[in-house]
Amino acid sequence: MTITLTEEQVDELGRELDAIRQRIVDDLGAADRDYIYKVIKAQRALEVGGRASLFLGFLPPFWLGGVAALSLSKILDNMEIGHNVMHGQYDWMRDPAVNSKMFEWDNVCPADQWRHSHNYMHHTFTNVLGKDRDIGYGVLRMEDAQKWNPYYLGNPIYAFLLMMLFEWGVMAHDLEVENIIAGRRTWAETRELRRGQHRKAGRQVLKDYVLFPALTGPLLLSTLTANATANVIRNIWAFSIIFCGHFPTGVATFTEEETENESRGQWYLRQMLGSANITGGPLFHIMSGNLSHQIEHHLFPDLPARRYPEIAPEVRAICEKYGLPYNTGRLSKQLGSVYKKIAKLALPFHRDGGVDEAAVRIVRTEAAAA
Amino acid sequence: MTTLLPRLPRRTGAGLLSSARPLRMLEALATPHGIDRYLELVSPLLTVRELRAAVVDVRRSTADSVTLTLRPTRQWRGFQAGQFVSVTVDIDGVRRTRCFSPASSQHRADGLVELTVKAHADGLVSRYLFEHARPGLVVGLSQAGGEFRLPAQRPRRVLLISGGSGITPVLSMLRTLCDEAERGEYDGEVTLLHYARSASDVPYTAELDELAGRDNVRIVRVYTSDDSGELTGRLDESHLAAVAPWFAEGETFVCGPASLHDAVRELYETRGIAERLHVEEFRPSLPGIADPGTATGTVTFARSDVRAANSGATLLEQAEAAGLRPEHGCRMGICFSCTQVRTSGCTRDVRSGETNSDPDTEIQLCVSVPVGDVELAL
Repeated sequence: MTITLTEEQVDELGRELDAIRQRIVDDLGAADRDYIYKVIKAQRALEVGGRASLFLGFLPPFWLGGVAALSLSKILDNMEIGHNVMHGQYDWMRDPAVNSKMFEWDNVCPADQWRHSHNYMHHTFTNVLGKDRDIGYGVLRMEDAQKWNPYYLGNPIYAFLLMMLFEWGVMAHDLEVENIIAGRRTWAETRELRRGQHRKAGRQVLKDYVLFPALTGPLLLSTLTANATANVIRNIWAFSIIFCGHFPTGVATFTEEETENESRGQWYLRQMLGSANITGGPLFHIMSGNLSHQIEHHLFPDLPARRYPEIAPEVRAICEKYGLPYNTGRLSKQLGSVYKKIAKLALPFHRDGGVDEAAVRIVRTEAAAA
Repeated sequence: MTTLLPRLPRRTGAGLLSSARPLRMLEALATPHGIDRYLELVSPLLTVRELRAAVVDVRRSTADSVTLTLRPTRQWRGFQAGQFVSVTVDIDGVRRTRCFSPASSQHRADGLVELTVKAHADGLVSRYLFEHARPGLVVGLSQAGGEFRLPAQRPRRVLLISGGSGITPVLSMLRTLCDEAERGEYDGEVTLLHYARSASDVPYTAELDELAGRDNVRIVRVYTSDDSGELTGRLDESHLAAVAPWFAEGETFVCGPASLHDAVRELYETRGIAERLHVEEFRPSLPGIADPGTATGTVTFARSDVRAANSGATLLEQAEAAGLRPEHGCRMGICFSCTQVRTSGCTRDVRSGETNSDPDTEIQLCVSVPVGDVELAL
């Protein structure tokens, strides 16, 4: 499928999206503050409740309840709160507790390192091969254009391991190990990063695997297992939501040449074509950190995420107006297509225009009126 | 002064950390958010580290001012008469901080702090407090700061000059000296010379009348819109000669509008006694907002101690042109890597064209251009 748009059309699309952004920015206020504080309160209550019920962890309902509450707490903390706060979505509140530069999340990856790799590398160079290191996280083959080698036979296994250990993967992501192996970066250059990771991960491990288990005395092992389980549940959930954001079938990738000297409209276009949404109810959207509105998030990463559902119909209407795809589907459908892709790309014979469905290509014509 | 920047956890002071080890243990359990982020959800006054205050009394003594009595949390270390504190409130979702000088005596027995806030037409925080302050409101508070204060060795003769809402720090000085006189710790002479538009614009009328009856205290009120005061017209040397003929040998403390400061300063400089003059300068002078698009003014990078003429480019480009290397990323307003605090001045967002001149505001350098003089904390 090839869609042809003129430069004027792309500029017009940029202006229309700018107008949506401005309208929301002008409307930000007490309701947004109340919302994020309500989520924070729920998260802190789940955390305290979860940790407390593990003191009765010898009773199975309390152990299970504790794990569930703690998992929900970590998911809320990392996604609807952490991810969004660290994007600067609430910086306008000038509240140090929800400021992008000061927030730390309940995750082993230090906030400042994540902000660099995610806010800058991934959001600026979304789906640009060779620049967006979120494509496969440096370990997976997620695109035809990534050259196959026998290492990728293990694609599904690496994906499974990445899912189970996701927070550690996100942390190690910043070391750019693949670049060290390729000789583009030295181990010594990562010294500062490793120091930060050591400090942050150390605190997390101390809390989840030493202090809280020890506090429960004879239940040490039961609490330790519960905390580990909660961390893994959060890992699986975050991995699933995030992989549905950019890797389902039909999502486009770009080359560096294509994206040179991009206009604002062209940048918007790439964000729309490079992201996919997940449908679901209000609670599902909150638990996904509203990354179920990945398209809206990539267009406006600095708008409070609770606004994405509100503007989604307008973004979708703009897509329809210009004949652009608006990639959305149920979690099972999007996840299914991601798993299929991971499995297929383990093998060498899926290359350009192969069995993988055609991605959308945009031909940018010169102004017809010129 | 700003509460925008993180206050590093203090391990000293306040006596609350006498049990430092259990607290450290709790911090380790509460990582990464810290104990206060949990406690404040139970009650905003329960914080372990952050200083806050509850409003316990609200009085509206004139048509456009409100007097608040605050009970600070236990982290409060007190203030010296004349100093200011910053007060933080959330207005329509946005945290706003402004400075006010306590008007109460630094020796007040119940430990409460009194602020009198004049509602300015374009004063966001002052208007909010005037309209919405009620007992029970919790505000953010900073420790006291500022060099405008009485010397530890109290001067024998003190002349206090104030104009309008500038009465608060000098009233604090007056009340403090009166308390000290009562205890027999001070036997000097104090004169307060206060300028206001009319008698109804002066808060604390009853209290000033009471204080005026004390030994060695003289209070003179001058009204600029009528002749009902003890003196008439604006400040000149004859006013000083009339109320405090000894002014050249005493110490003078002034707080009020810029015109009052200028008049007093000129007088003291002409007499060659400028070192006897102490002026409260905390009131920010609002810079005239220049026409966006024409590059004028100076960009000051305060921490780096670098100044450069405004070139009209984005602040990120100007910082780099000045040889600085601020953290940055996308250069298009997405990633927030280049966010810095603009301490003063006006900037324009190149995406929306909007200008903003709130002090102590975080801006993204890559999409902000200065409009006139701008100072960054960078």
